[in-house]
Amino acid sequence: MLNYIWSGMILISLLTGFITGNIESVTKGAIDGCSQGVELCVSMLGIMCFWTGLSKIAEKSGLIKAFSKLLKPLTRFLFPRLKEGSPAYFAIIMNIVANFFGMGNAATPLGIKAMKELDKINCDTKASYEMCVFTVLNTASIQLIPSTLISLRHTFGSQNPSIIIVPVWIVSICAASMAILSAKFFEKRQKI
Amino acid sequence: MKLISTLAVPLMIAGIIGFALIKKVRVYDSFLEGASDGLRCTFNIAPPLIGLVIAISMLRSSGFIDILSNLLSPFLKAVSMPAEVMPLALLRPVSGSGSIAILSDIFNNCGVDSYAGKVASVMMGSTETTFYTIAVYFGAINCKDSKYTLKSALIGDFTGIFLSIVTVMLFL
Repeated sequence: MLNYIWSGMILISLLTGFITGNIESVTKGAIDGCSQGVELCVSMLGIMCFWTGLSKIAEKSGLIKAFSKLLKPLTRFLFPRLKEGSPAYFAIIMNIVANFFGMGNAATPLGIKAMKELDKINCDTKASYEMCVFTVLNTASIQLIPSTLISLRHTFGSQNPSIIIVPVWIVSICAASMAILSAKFFEKRQKI
Repeated sequence: MKLISTLAVPLMIAGIIGFALIKKVRVYDSFLEGASDGLRCTFNIAPPLIGLVIAISMLRSSGFIDILSNLLSPFLKAVSMPAEVMPLALLRPVSGSGSIAILSDIFNNCGVDSYAGKVASVMMGSTETTFYTIAVYFGAINCKDSKYTLKSALIGDFTGIFLSIVTVMLFL
């Protein structure tokens, strides 16, 4: 998909540049973009390392495991049919916790593992209810600290980079709840 | 609310390190191990990020983003969405590095602490790359029929986009 989006963006800018007679600044924009891209990566590097370092400490100290016990009521509501202690259940919990602590690198492999475990206990060729809800949950970003965002805000000289944390919590929890409730609704409607 | 936002980061750092010290984890060694993961991760996202920053920089300097914003401005005014944020709302569900690139473009042009910058920040933090996630998760198990997954995920995204505007107007 990005193949089309990326080339589309470039072709549209070239076309607009030709039409408006702005083509020189488009070329300049491309060259400026190169150094901006590199600056962006370099300036984010430090804070990225800081966060991934911290989350590694949390993982090693068992904080993440301790935290996953708190999630039982939530998983019981989301996945009522799933057996507690099954491999799928374990992978799902670990994925939710990894997402919550902003460990995207760890969350995706765990998520894929959870999908494979769910696939084993699914006898249909279509997706099971658990797969749908689990994926929907992963498309909502519920995070304790949105670290990439904060480091980006810091990079661009915000007065208070972390001021958006509470609004982000509110919005992401509402968005996730809407998504999950709609999934539950669609599931019920299918059964009738 | 501002107090909680400001304290969330220091408290989390204190909590993680304090808990690790109680559990007698080799804190600094673990930190270094994690930090090198972060280094690798940043290197991995560098090529797509640079590619997309170039494309967005071209779009902006060609004047296309301004033309688009002008065309959409009556509609955007009605929902109080800053025109600059529109491209982010469009690209966010598709590409993670693309939305980082657009976000930095918005910060550059409107300022991080401007209304547009705040709405863009909250939108960025509260939504995910929906299409990518669904493709990876269902692709991994070779499942062709994901039923209502996309529908529900997009309902969540629209809720997130709409509420980012509302919360920034109410709280920030």
